[in-house]
Amino acid sequence: MSAASTALRTGVARGGIEFRQSLTTGLDLWTYLFPSLVALITVFFMRDARVPGTEFSLGASTLPGFLGMNLALTGLATVAQLLVTDREDGTLLRAKAVPTGMSGYLIGKIVLVGGMALVGFVLQLVPALFVVDGLQLDANGWLTLCWLIPLALVATMPLGAVLGSIFDNPRSIGLIMFTMFGLIAISGIFYPITALPGWLQGLGQVFPIYWMGLGMRSAFLPDAMAAVELGGSWRTLEGFGVLGLWAVLGLLLAPVVLRRMARRESGSAVAARREKAMSRAPM
Amino acid sequence: MEAFGTADEPVIDVRDLRMRYGTKDVLDGVNFVARRGEVLALLGPNGAGKTTTIEILEGFRMRSAGEVRVLGDDPATGGERWRARLGVVLQSWRDHGKWRVRELLGHLGTYYADYSTSQINRPWPVDELLEVVGLTGQRDTRIGRLSGGQRRRLDVAIGIVGRPELLFLDEPTVGFDVAARREFHDLVHRLTDVDDTTVLLTTHDLDEAEKLADRILILAGGRIVADGSPDELARRVAGETEVRWTRDGSRYVHSAADATGFVRELFAQYGEDIADLEVRPTSLEDTYMTLVRESEAGRAADAVDVFAAVAR
Repeated sequence: MSAASTALRTGVARGGIEFRQSLTTGLDLWTYLFPSLVALITVFFMRDARVPGTEFSLGASTLPGFLGMNLALTGLATVAQLLVTDREDGTLLRAKAVPTGMSGYLIGKIVLVGGMALVGFVLQLVPALFVVDGLQLDANGWLTLCWLIPLALVATMPLGAVLGSIFDNPRSIGLIMFTMFGLIAISGIFYPITALPGWLQGLGQVFPIYWMGLGMRSAFLPDAMAAVELGGSWRTLEGFGVLGLWAVLGLLLAPVVLRRMARRESGSAVAARREKAMSRAPM
Repeated sequence: MEAFGTADEPVIDVRDLRMRYGTKDVLDGVNFVARRGEVLALLGPNGAGKTTTIEILEGFRMRSAGEVRVLGDDPATGGERWRARLGVVLQSWRDHGKWRVRELLGHLGTYYADYSTSQINRPWPVDELLEVVGLTGQRDTRIGRLSGGQRRRLDVAIGIVGRPELLFLDEPTVGFDVAARREFHDLVHRLTDVDDTTVLLTTHDLDEAEKLADRILILAGGRIVADGSPDELARRVAGETEVRWTRDGSRYVHSAADATGFVRELFAQYGEDIADLEVRPTSLEDTYMTLVRESEAGRAADAVDVFAAVAR
Protein backbone atom coordinates (compact mmCIF):
# COMPACT_ATOMS: atom_id res chain seq x y z
CA MET A 1 0.00 0.00 0.00
CA SER A 2 1.28 3.45 -0.82
CA ALA A 3 2.34 5.98 1.77
CA ALA A 4 -0.45 8.35 0.72
CA SER A 5 -3.22 5.80 1.26
CA THR A 6 -1.72 4.77 4.61
CA ALA A 7 -1.63 8.39 5.71
CA LEU A 8 -5.25 8.79 4.64
CA ARG A 9 -6.39 5.60 6.37
CA THR A 10 -4.52 6.24 9.62
CA GLY A 11 -5.47 9.92 9.55
CA VAL A 12 -9.16 9.14 9.21
CA ALA A 13 -8.83 6.58 12.00
CA ARG A 14 -7.07 9.17 14.15
CA GLY A 15 -9.76 11.76 13.48
CA GLY A 16 -12.45 9.22 14.29
CA ILE A 17 -10.85 8.33 17.63
CA GLU A 18 -10.41 11.97 18.60
CA PHE A 19 -13.93 12.83 17.48
CA ARG A 20 -15.31 10.06 19.67
CA GLN A 21 -13.18 11.33 22.56
CA SER A 22 -14.59 14.82 22.07
CA LEU A 23 -18.11 13.40 22.40
CA THR A 24 -17.31 11.51 25.59
CA THR A 25 -15.23 14.05 27.52
CA GLY A 26 -17.03 16.46 29.83
CA LEU A 27 -15.09 19.58 28.96
CA ASP A 28 -15.38 18.93 25.22
CA LEU A 29 -19.11 18.38 25.46
CA TRP A 30 -19.37 21.83 26.96
CA THR A 31 -17.71 23.32 23.86
CA TYR A 32 -20.51 21.71 21.83
CA LEU A 33 -23.31 22.71 24.18
CA PHE A 34 -22.24 26.27 24.96
CA PRO A 35 -22.81 27.71 21.44
CA SER A 36 -26.10 25.88 21.18
CA LEU A 37 -27.20 27.40 24.49
CA VAL A 38 -26.17 30.83 23.20
CA ALA A 39 -28.18 30.22 20.02
CA LEU A 40 -31.20 29.16 22.02
CA ILE A 41 -31.05 32.15 24.37
CA THR A 42 -30.46 34.59 21.52
CA VAL A 43 -33.42 33.46 19.44
CA PHE A 44 -35.56 33.20 22.55
CA PHE A 45 -35.16 36.86 23.44
CA MET A 46 -35.45 37.98 19.80
CA ARG A 47 -38.44 35.78 18.96
CA ASP A 48 -41.07 38.52 19.21
CA ALA A 49 -38.99 41.31 17.66
CA ARG A 50 -39.40 41.91 13.93
CA VAL A 51 -36.79 42.48 11.26
CA PRO A 52 -37.13 46.27 10.61
CA GLY A 53 -39.53 46.93 7.73
CA THR A 54 -40.91 43.38 7.68
CA GLU A 55 -43.20 41.12 9.67
CA PHE A 56 -40.46 38.47 9.93
CA SER A 57 -39.15 37.27 13.33
CA LEU A 58 -35.76 38.78 14.17
CA GLY A 59 -34.86 35.65 16.11
CA ALA A 60 -35.55 33.43 13.11
CA SER A 61 -33.48 35.64 10.83
CA THR A 62 -30.55 35.78 13.27
CA LEU A 63 -30.23 32.01 13.69
CA PRO A 64 -28.84 31.20 10.21
CA GLY A 65 -26.22 33.95 10.55
CA PHE A 66 -25.27 32.53 13.92
CA LEU A 67 -24.82 29.08 12.36
CA GLY A 68 -22.59 30.53 9.66
CA MET A 69 -20.54 32.42 12.20
CA ASN A 70 -19.94 29.30 14.27
CA LEU A 71 -18.79 27.33 11.24
CA ALA A 72 -16.23 30.06 10.59
CA LEU A 73 -15.18 30.14 14.24
CA THR A 74 -14.72 26.37 14.31
CA GLY A 75 -12.65 26.44 11.15
CA LEU A 76 -10.47 29.32 12.25
CA ALA A 77 -10.24 29.37 16.03
CA THR A 78 -10.66 25.67 16.87
CA VAL A 79 -8.08 24.61 14.32
CA ALA A 80 -5.66 27.31 15.48
CA GLN A 81 -6.16 26.36 19.10
CA LEU A 82 -5.72 22.63 18.52
CA LEU A 83 -2.54 23.26 16.62
CA VAL A 84 -1.05 25.54 19.26
CA THR A 85 -1.82 23.17 22.13
CA ASP A 86 -0.71 20.08 20.19
CA ARG A 87 2.54 21.81 19.42
CA GLU A 88 3.08 22.86 23.00
CA ASP A 89 2.40 19.48 24.58
CA GLY A 90 4.43 17.46 22.07
CA THR A 91 1.57 15.76 20.19
CA LEU A 92 2.91 17.18 16.94
CA LEU A 93 6.45 16.04 17.66
CA ARG A 94 5.17 12.49 18.18
CA ALA A 95 3.50 12.73 14.79
CA LYS A 96 6.76 13.91 13.30
CA ALA A 97 8.64 10.95 14.78
CA VAL A 98 6.56 8.30 12.95
CA PRO A 99 6.56 7.71 9.19
CA THR A 100 3.87 9.80 7.37
CA GLY A 101 2.82 10.91 10.83
CA MET A 102 2.41 14.58 9.93
CA SER A 103 0.02 13.81 7.07
CA GLY A 104 -1.89 11.46 9.33
CA TYR A 105 -2.04 14.14 11.99
CA LEU A 106 -3.40 16.78 9.61
CA ILE A 107 -5.98 14.48 8.05
CA GLY A 108 -7.02 13.49 11.56
CA LYS A 109 -7.50 17.14 12.49
CA ILE A 110 -9.61 17.78 9.37
CA VAL A 111 -11.85 14.82 10.24
CA LEU A 112 -12.08 15.89 13.88
CA VAL A 113 -12.89 19.53 13.19
CA GLY A 114 -15.27 18.63 10.36
CA GLY A 115 -17.13 16.32 12.72
CA MET A 116 -17.17 18.95 15.47
CA ALA A 117 -18.52 21.55 13.04
CA LEU A 118 -21.35 19.31 11.82
CA VAL A 119 -22.41 18.17 15.29
CA GLY A 120 -22.24 21.76 16.49
CA PHE A 121 -24.35 22.86 13.54
CA VAL A 122 -27.11 20.36 14.28
CA LEU A 123 -27.02 21.06 18.02
CA GLN A 124 -27.42 24.78 17.41
CA LEU A 125 -30.11 24.44 14.76
CA VAL A 126 -32.50 21.81 16.05
CA PRO A 127 -33.38 23.10 19.55
CA ALA A 128 -33.77 26.65 18.22
CA LEU A 129 -36.30 25.45 15.64
CA PHE A 130 -38.70 24.78 18.51
CA VAL A 131 -38.49 28.39 19.63
CA VAL A 132 -38.96 30.31 16.38
CA ASP A 133 -41.08 29.90 13.28
CA GLY A 134 -40.45 30.98 9.75
CA LEU A 135 -37.27 29.06 8.88
CA GLN A 136 -37.66 26.84 5.87
CA LEU A 137 -35.31 24.55 4.04
CA ASP A 138 -36.48 23.80 0.51
CA ALA A 139 -34.59 21.90 -2.18
CA ASN A 140 -32.66 25.01 -3.07
CA GLY A 141 -31.76 25.55 0.56
CA TRP A 142 -30.40 22.00 0.87
CA LEU A 143 -28.37 22.52 -2.27
CA THR A 144 -26.92 25.70 -0.79
CA LEU A 145 -25.95 23.86 2.42
CA CYS A 146 -24.31 21.13 0.38
CA TRP A 147 -21.77 23.50 -1.11
CA LEU A 148 -21.69 26.19 1.53
CA ILE A 149 -20.72 24.05 4.55
CA PRO A 150 -17.79 22.28 2.86
CA LEU A 151 -16.64 25.52 1.22
CA ALA A 152 -16.88 27.33 4.55
CA LEU A 153 -14.63 24.72 6.16
CA VAL A 154 -12.15 24.73 3.28
CA ALA A 155 -12.05 28.53 3.38
CA THR A 156 -11.36 28.67 7.12
CA MET A 157 -9.49 25.55 8.27
CA PRO A 158 -6.26 26.18 6.34
CA LEU A 159 -6.26 29.76 7.62
CA GLY A 160 -6.81 28.47 11.14
CA ALA A 161 -3.82 26.17 10.63
CA VAL A 162 -1.75 29.15 9.49
CA LEU A 163 -2.76 31.13 12.58
CA GLY A 164 -2.00 28.14 14.80
CA SER A 165 1.45 27.78 13.22
CA ILE A 166 2.36 31.45 13.60
CA PHE A 167 1.40 31.79 17.25
CA ASP A 168 3.60 29.78 19.59
CA ASN A 169 1.88 30.43 22.87
CA PRO A 170 -1.52 29.18 24.06
CA ARG A 171 -2.11 32.61 25.51
CA SER A 172 -2.09 34.16 22.06
CA ILE A 173 -5.30 32.21 21.40
CA GLY A 174 -6.93 34.98 23.44
CA LEU A 175 -5.66 37.47 20.89
CA ILE A 176 -7.04 35.39 18.02
CA MET A 177 -10.43 35.14 19.73
CA PHE A 178 -10.47 38.88 20.40
CA THR A 179 -9.89 39.56 16.70
CA MET A 180 -12.66 37.09 15.82
CA PHE A 181 -15.14 38.92 18.05
CA GLY A 182 -14.21 42.16 16.33
CA LEU A 183 -14.86 40.55 12.95
CA ILE A 184 -18.17 39.12 14.12
CA ALA A 185 -19.28 42.58 15.23
CA ILE A 186 -18.85 43.96 11.71
CA SER A 187 -20.19 40.87 9.89
CA GLY A 188 -23.91 41.50 10.33
CA ILE A 189 -24.52 38.42 12.47
CA PHE A 190 -26.46 39.86 15.39
CA TYR A 191 -27.74 42.99 13.70
CA PRO A 192 -27.92 43.98 10.03
CA ILE A 193 -24.69 45.06 8.37
CA THR A 194 -26.72 47.79 6.67
CA ALA A 195 -26.84 49.62 10.02
CA LEU A 196 -23.04 50.05 10.01
CA PRO A 197 -21.14 52.98 8.48
CA GLY A 198 -20.07 52.38 4.89
CA TRP A 199 -16.39 51.75 5.53
CA LEU A 200 -17.17 49.09 8.16
CA GLN A 201 -19.58 47.44 5.72
CA GLY A 202 -16.74 47.30 3.22
CA LEU A 203 -14.34 45.84 5.77
CA GLY A 204 -16.88 43.26 6.94
CA GLN A 205 -17.38 42.03 3.39
CA VAL A 206 -13.68 41.28 2.99
CA PHE A 207 -13.81 38.49 5.56
CA PRO A 208 -15.51 35.09 5.30
CA ILE A 209 -17.78 35.45 8.35
CA TYR A 210 -20.18 37.89 6.67
CA TRP A 211 -20.52 35.69 3.59
CA MET A 212 -21.14 32.57 5.61
CA GLY A 213 -23.87 34.32 7.56
CA LEU A 214 -25.40 35.61 4.33
CA GLY A 215 -25.17 32.22 2.66
CA MET A 216 -26.90 30.55 5.61
CA ARG A 217 -29.67 33.14 5.54
CA SER A 218 -30.18 32.47 1.85
CA ALA A 219 -30.59 28.78 2.62
CA PHE A 220 -33.01 29.11 5.54
CA LEU A 221 -34.99 32.32 4.95
CA PRO A 222 -37.74 33.02 2.42
CA ASP A 223 -36.43 34.73 -0.70
CA ALA A 224 -38.40 37.87 0.11
CA MET A 225 -36.01 38.47 3.02
CA ALA A 226 -33.18 39.15 0.56
CA ALA A 227 -34.67 42.60 0.23
CA VAL A 228 -33.16 43.74 3.57
CA GLU A 229 -29.64 42.60 2.63
CA LEU A 230 -27.02 44.81 1.01
CA GLY A 231 -27.97 45.25 -2.64
CA GLY A 232 -31.31 43.60 -1.94
CA SER A 233 -29.96 40.20 -2.99
CA TRP A 234 -28.44 37.02 -1.52
CA ARG A 235 -25.44 37.63 -3.81
CA THR A 236 -24.78 33.89 -4.00
CA LEU A 237 -22.16 34.19 -6.72
CA GLU A 238 -20.20 36.87 -4.87
CA GLY A 239 -20.34 34.80 -1.68
CA PHE A 240 -19.05 31.75 -3.51
CA GLY A 241 -16.29 33.89 -5.03
CA VAL A 242 -15.11 35.49 -1.77
CA LEU A 243 -15.13 32.20 0.15
CA GLY A 244 -13.40 30.53 -2.80
CA LEU A 245 -10.66 33.17 -2.76
CA TRP A 246 -10.09 32.67 0.95
CA ALA A 247 -9.96 28.91 0.35
CA VAL A 248 -7.33 29.31 -2.38
CA LEU A 249 -5.30 31.69 -0.23
CA GLY A 250 -5.43 29.31 2.73
CA LEU A 251 -4.56 26.25 0.68
CA LEU A 252 -1.59 28.06 -0.85
CA LEU A 253 -0.30 29.42 2.45
CA ALA A 254 -1.01 26.55 4.82
CA PRO A 255 1.38 23.91 3.40
CA VAL A 256 4.28 26.37 3.38
CA VAL A 257 3.64 27.67 6.89
CA LEU A 258 2.87 24.23 8.31
CA ARG A 259 6.01 22.74 6.83
CA ARG A 260 8.13 25.55 8.24
CA MET A 261 6.51 25.13 11.63
CA ALA A 262 6.93 21.34 11.60
CA ARG A 263 10.58 21.60 10.63
CA ARG A 264 11.28 23.52 13.81
CA GLU A 265 9.73 20.96 16.12
CA SER A 266 12.21 19.01 18.22
CA GLY A 267 12.48 17.54 21.67
CA SER A 268 14.30 20.58 22.97
CA ALA A 269 11.67 22.96 21.51
CA VAL A 270 8.93 21.06 23.36
CA ALA A 271 11.04 20.93 26.54
CA ALA A 272 11.57 24.70 26.38
CA ARG A 273 7.83 25.30 26.05
CA ARG A 274 7.13 22.95 28.92
CA GLU A 275 9.56 24.84 31.11
CA LYS A 276 7.91 28.12 30.16
CA ALA A 277 4.45 26.75 30.89
CA MET A 278 5.60 25.32 34.22
CA SER A 279 7.09 28.63 35.28
CA ARG A 280 3.89 30.55 34.65
CA ALA A 281 1.54 27.94 36.09
CA PRO A 282 3.14 25.69 38.71
CA MET A 283 1.48 22.28 38.61
CA MET B 1 13.92 -1.77 -2.46
CA GLU B 2 15.40 -1.92 1.01
CA ALA B 3 18.35 0.25 1.77
CA PHE B 4 19.72 -2.37 4.14
CA GLY B 5 23.40 -2.09 4.70
CA THR B 6 25.72 -4.99 5.17
CA ALA B 7 26.50 -6.10 8.69
CA ASP B 8 29.74 -4.15 8.83
CA GLU B 9 28.30 -0.89 7.56
CA PRO B 10 28.02 1.55 10.46
CA VAL B 11 24.52 2.34 11.72
CA ILE B 12 25.64 5.86 12.58
CA ASP B 13 28.58 7.54 10.88
CA VAL B 14 29.36 11.11 11.92
CA ARG B 15 32.29 13.02 10.44
CA ASP B 16 33.34 16.52 11.36
CA LEU B 17 29.83 17.49 12.46
CA ARG B 18 29.51 21.18 13.21
CA MET B 19 26.68 23.21 14.60
CA ARG B 20 26.75 26.94 15.05
CA TYR B 21 24.08 29.09 16.69
CA GLY B 22 24.78 32.69 15.81
CA THR B 23 28.47 33.08 16.58
CA LYS B 24 28.66 30.21 19.07
CA ASP B 25 29.99 26.85 17.93
CA VAL B 26 28.07 24.25 19.90
CA LEU B 27 29.53 21.32 17.96
CA ASP B 28 33.03 21.80 16.70
CA GLY B 29 33.95 18.77 14.64
CA VAL B 30 32.27 15.72 16.17
CA ASN B 31 33.34 12.30 14.87
CA PHE B 32 32.03 8.90 15.84
CA VAL B 33 30.67 5.64 14.53
CA ALA B 34 28.06 3.23 15.90
CA ARG B 35 27.94 -0.39 14.81
CA ARG B 36 24.96 -2.66 14.71
CA GLY B 37 23.68 -3.85 18.09
CA GLU B 38 25.85 -1.45 20.07
CA VAL B 39 24.55 0.59 23.00
CA LEU B 40 26.28 3.97 22.93
CA ALA B 41 26.09 6.59 25.64
CA LEU B 42 26.81 10.17 24.71
CA LEU B 43 28.01 11.58 28.00
CA GLY B 44 28.85 15.15 28.82
CA PRO B 45 28.22 18.12 31.07
CA ASN B 46 25.03 20.14 30.60
CA GLY B 47 25.21 22.35 27.56
CA ALA B 48 27.91 20.26 25.87
CA GLY B 49 25.76 19.72 22.77
CA LYS B 50 24.40 16.22 23.45
CA THR B 51 20.80 17.10 22.63
CA THR B 52 21.84 19.06 19.55
CA THR B 53 23.80 16.03 18.32
CA ILE B 54 20.97 13.56 18.86
CA GLU B 55 18.40 15.89 17.27
CA ILE B 56 20.58 16.23 14.17
CA LEU B 57 20.81 12.42 13.95
CA GLU B 58 17.04 12.10 14.43
CA GLY B 59 16.50 14.45 11.49
CA PHE B 60 14.79 17.02 13.73
CA ARG B 61 17.49 19.66 13.37
CA MET B 62 19.60 20.87 10.45
CA ARG B 63 23.37 20.78 10.92
CA SER B 64 25.69 23.63 9.97
CA ALA B 65 28.33 21.39 8.38
CA GLY B 66 29.78 17.90 8.29
CA GLU B 67 28.95 14.44 7.00
CA VAL B 68 26.23 12.46 8.75
CA ARG B 69 24.90 9.02 7.80
CA VAL B 70 22.23 7.29 9.84
CA LEU B 71 21.19 3.83 8.60
CA GLY B 72 22.89 4.73 5.36
CA ASP B 73 20.95 7.95 4.74
CA ASP B 74 21.45 11.63 5.44
CA PRO B 75 19.00 12.52 8.26
CA ALA B 76 18.44 15.95 6.72
CA THR B 77 16.80 14.32 3.69
CA GLY B 78 15.69 10.95 5.08
CA GLY B 79 12.30 9.88 3.74
CA GLU B 80 9.42 8.05 5.40
CA ARG B 81 10.98 4.63 4.78
CA TRP B 82 14.09 5.81 6.61
CA ARG B 83 11.97 7.29 9.39
CA ALA B 84 10.21 3.93 9.82
CA ARG B 85 13.52 2.26 10.77
CA LEU B 86 14.17 4.71 13.62
CA GLY B 87 12.70 4.91 17.07
CA VAL B 88 12.71 8.10 19.08
CA VAL B 89 11.83 8.05 22.75
CA LEU B 90 10.38 11.46 23.52
CA GLN B 91 9.71 12.87 26.94
CA SER B 92 5.97 13.01 27.24
CA TRP B 93 4.33 15.75 29.15
CA ARG B 94 0.58 15.83 28.67
CA ASP B 95 0.11 14.90 25.02
CA HIS B 96 -2.62 12.41 24.05
CA GLY B 97 -4.06 12.67 27.57
CA LYS B 98 -7.51 11.51 26.44
CA TRP B 99 -6.22 8.45 24.58
CA ARG B 100 -6.11 5.05 26.17
CA VAL B 101 -2.76 3.27 26.34
CA ARG B 102 -3.59 0.42 24.01
CA GLU B 103 -5.51 2.70 21.65
CA LEU B 104 -2.55 5.04 21.11
CA LEU B 105 0.02 2.26 20.73
CA GLY B 106 -2.23 0.44 18.27
CA HIS B 107 -2.81 3.63 16.30
CA LEU B 108 0.85 4.65 16.12
CA GLY B 109 1.73 1.09 15.14
CA THR B 110 -0.43 1.26 12.01
CA TYR B 111 1.89 3.90 10.53
CA TYR B 112 4.62 1.25 10.39
CA ALA B 113 2.55 -1.52 8.82
CA ASP B 114 3.80 -0.75 5.29
CA TYR B 115 7.42 -0.95 6.28
CA SER B 116 7.84 -4.60 7.25
CA THR B 117 10.81 -6.39 5.75
CA SER B 118 11.77 -10.02 5.42
CA GLN B 119 13.73 -9.74 8.69
CA ILE B 120 11.56 -7.35 10.66
CA ASN B 121 7.83 -7.61 11.07
CA ARG B 122 6.39 -4.16 11.78
CA PRO B 123 4.72 -3.02 13.96
CA TRP B 124 5.28 -4.78 17.25
CA PRO B 125 1.98 -6.54 18.21
CA VAL B 126 0.42 -4.24 20.81
CA ASP B 127 -0.36 -6.77 23.51
CA GLU B 128 3.12 -8.25 23.30
CA LEU B 129 4.62 -4.77 23.54
CA LEU B 130 2.49 -3.90 26.55
CA GLU B 131 3.83 -7.03 28.20
CA VAL B 132 7.45 -6.06 27.45
CA VAL B 133 7.14 -2.60 29.00
CA GLY B 134 4.94 -3.82 31.84
CA LEU B 135 1.79 -1.87 31.03
CA THR B 136 -0.60 -4.76 30.47
CA GLY B 137 -2.55 -3.74 33.57
CA GLN B 138 -2.95 -0.19 32.24
CA ARG B 139 -3.97 -1.08 28.69
CA ASP B 140 -7.34 0.65 28.96
CA THR B 141 -6.23 3.50 31.22
CA ARG B 142 -6.42 7.05 29.95
CA ILE B 143 -2.90 8.28 29.37
CA GLY B 144 -3.58 11.42 31.40
CA ARG B 145 -4.14 9.21 34.45
CA LEU B 146 -0.86 7.26 34.28
CA SER B 147 1.80 7.74 36.95
CA GLY B 148 5.09 9.36 35.97
CA GLY B 149 6.90 6.02 35.75
CA GLN B 150 4.11 4.41 33.71
CA ARG B 151 4.17 7.35 31.31
CA ARG B 152 7.87 6.94 30.72
CA ARG B 153 7.36 3.25 30.01
CA LEU B 154 4.70 4.27 27.52
CA ASP B 155 7.19 6.71 25.96
CA VAL B 156 9.58 3.80 25.47
CA ALA B 157 6.80 1.63 24.06
CA ILE B 158 5.93 4.37 21.54
CA GLY B 159 9.60 4.65 20.64
CA ILE B 160 9.87 0.94 19.84
CA VAL B 161 6.40 0.15 18.45
CA GLY B 162 7.83 0.21 14.91
CA ARG B 163 10.58 -2.26 15.88
CA PRO B 164 13.36 0.21 15.16
CA GLU B 165 16.81 -0.81 14.03
CA LEU B 166 18.14 2.28 15.80
CA LEU B 167 16.70 3.78 18.96
CA PHE B 168 17.39 7.28 20.30
CA LEU B 169 16.98 8.12 23.98
CA ASP B 170 17.65 11.71 25.02
CA GLU B 171 18.25 12.05 28.78
CA PRO B 172 15.85 9.16 29.40
CA THR B 173 15.85 9.20 33.20
CA VAL B 174 15.85 12.90 34.06
CA GLY B 175 13.61 13.40 37.07
CA PHE B 176 13.45 9.71 37.98
CA ASP B 177 13.75 8.44 41.51
CA VAL B 178 16.13 5.58 42.22
CA ALA B 179 13.54 2.82 41.78
CA ALA B 180 12.17 4.23 38.52
CA ARG B 181 15.69 4.59 37.18
CA ARG B 182 16.57 0.97 37.92
CA GLU B 183 13.31 -0.19 36.35
CA PHE B 184 14.12 1.82 33.24
CA HIS B 185 17.62 0.39 32.99
CA ASP B 186 16.20 -3.12 33.19
CA LEU B 187 13.84 -2.27 30.36
CA VAL B 188 16.67 -1.05 28.11
CA HIS B 189 18.66 -4.20 28.84
CA ARG B 190 15.67 -6.33 27.92
CA LEU B 191 15.31 -4.46 24.62
CA THR B 192 18.89 -4.85 23.59
CA ASP B 193 18.90 -8.51 24.61
CA VAL B 194 15.82 -9.41 22.59
CA ASP B 195 16.56 -7.56 19.37
CA ASP B 196 19.70 -6.47 17.64
CA THR B 197 18.70 -2.86 18.22
CA THR B 198 21.38 -0.20 18.16
CA VAL B 199 20.83 2.37 20.89
CA LEU B 200 22.18 5.89 21.24
CA LEU B 201 21.38 7.56 24.52
CA THR B 202 22.47 10.86 25.98
CA THR B 203 23.00 11.37 29.68
CA HIS B 204 24.92 13.55 32.06
CA ASP B 205 24.84 10.75 34.58
CA LEU B 206 28.05 8.71 34.68
CA ASP B 207 26.50 5.89 36.59
CA GLU B 208 23.81 5.52 33.95
CA ALA B 209 26.32 5.51 31.10
CA GLU B 210 28.38 2.86 32.88
CA LYS B 211 25.35 0.64 33.54
CA LEU B 212 23.79 0.81 30.10
CA ALA B 213 26.47 1.39 27.51
CA ASP B 214 28.82 -0.90 25.65
CA ARG B 215 30.71 2.20 24.65
CA ILE B 216 30.85 5.72 26.07
CA LEU B 217 31.50 8.87 24.07
CA ILE B 218 32.40 11.89 26.16
CA LEU B 219 31.32 15.14 24.57
CA ALA B 220 32.95 18.25 25.95
CA GLY B 221 33.64 21.61 24.41
CA GLY B 222 31.85 20.62 21.20
CA ARG B 223 34.10 17.59 20.53
CA ILE B 224 34.26 13.92 21.40
CA VAL B 225 37.13 13.86 23.86
CA ALA B 226 36.98 10.14 24.63
CA ASP B 227 35.49 7.06 23.00
CA GLY B 228 35.69 3.59 24.50
CA SER B 229 34.17 1.01 26.82
CA PRO B 230 33.80 2.06 30.47
CA ASP B 231 36.85 -0.07 31.39
CA GLU B 232 38.98 1.26 28.56
CA LEU B 233 38.18 4.83 29.52
CA ALA B 234 39.07 4.23 33.14
CA ARG B 235 42.40 2.63 32.19
CA ARG B 236 43.17 5.28 29.62
CA VAL B 237 43.67 8.18 31.94
CA ALA B 238 45.66 6.98 34.89
CA GLY B 239 46.43 3.33 34.58
CA GLU B 240 47.22 3.60 38.29
CA THR B 241 45.42 2.12 41.23
CA GLU B 242 45.05 3.69 44.63
CA VAL B 243 46.08 1.59 47.65
CA ARG B 244 45.17 2.63 51.21
CA TRP B 245 46.10 0.95 54.45
CA THR B 246 46.86 1.62 58.09
CA ARG B 247 49.91 0.53 60.08
CA ASP B 248 50.50 1.25 63.75
CA GLY B 249 47.51 3.61 63.78
CA SER B 250 48.80 5.73 60.86
CA ARG B 251 47.01 5.99 57.52
CA TYR B 252 48.89 5.53 54.23
CA VAL B 253 47.92 6.17 50.62
CA HIS B 254 49.92 5.09 47.60
CA SER B 255 49.26 5.10 43.83
CA ALA B 256 50.65 2.07 42.07
CA ALA B 257 50.68 0.94 38.45
CA ASP B 258 51.03 -2.69 39.61
CA ALA B 259 48.75 -2.84 42.63
CA THR B 260 49.01 -6.58 43.14
CA GLY B 261 52.79 -6.51 43.24
CA PHE B 262 52.77 -3.52 45.56
CA VAL B 263 50.41 -5.19 48.03
CA ARG B 264 52.52 -8.42 47.98
CA GLU B 265 55.58 -6.34 48.86
CA LEU B 266 53.64 -4.58 51.57
CA PHE B 267 52.65 -7.80 53.30
CA ALA B 268 56.10 -9.30 52.86
CA GLN B 269 57.58 -6.32 54.66
CA TYR B 270 55.05 -5.67 57.45
CA GLY B 271 52.92 -8.84 57.63
CA GLU B 272 50.31 -8.66 60.37
CA ASP B 273 50.83 -4.95 61.03
CA ILE B 274 48.83 -4.04 57.90
CA ALA B 275 45.14 -3.30 58.51
CA ASP B 276 42.15 -1.62 56.73
CA LEU B 277 43.56 -2.42 53.29
CA GLU B 278 41.69 -0.87 50.35
CA VAL B 279 42.60 -1.27 46.69
CA ARG B 280 40.63 1.06 44.46
CA PRO B 281 41.07 1.25 40.66
CA THR B 282 40.59 4.65 39.06
CA SER B 283 36.84 5.12 38.71
CA LEU B 284 35.06 6.26 35.58
CA GLU B 285 34.19 9.38 37.48
CA ASP B 286 37.87 10.23 37.95
CA THR B 287 38.42 9.63 34.26
CA TYR B 288 35.47 11.74 33.28
CA MET B 289 36.55 14.65 35.46
CA THR B 290 40.07 14.51 34.09
CA LEU B 291 38.97 14.31 30.46
CA VAL B 292 36.47 17.12 30.71
CA ARG B 293 38.97 19.28 32.57
CA GLU B 294 41.69 18.60 29.99
CA SER B 295 39.44 19.38 27.06
CA GLU B 296 38.37 22.61 28.62
CA ALA B 297 41.84 23.68 29.73
CA GLY B 298 42.33 25.77 26.62
CA ARG B 299 38.94 27.38 26.89
CA ALA B 300 39.21 29.47 30.01
CA ALA B 301 35.88 31.19 29.49
CA ASP B 302 33.90 27.98 29.12
CA ALA B 303 35.80 26.01 31.73
CA VAL B 304 34.00 27.71 34.61
CA ASP B 305 30.63 26.47 33.35
CA VAL B 306 31.90 22.96 32.87
CA PHE B 307 33.42 22.76 36.33
CA ALA B 308 30.17 23.99 37.77
CA ALA B 309 28.26 21.33 35.84
CA VAL B 310 30.69 18.56 36.74
CA ALA B 311 30.79 19.54 40.38
CA ARG B 312 27.06 19.05 40.79
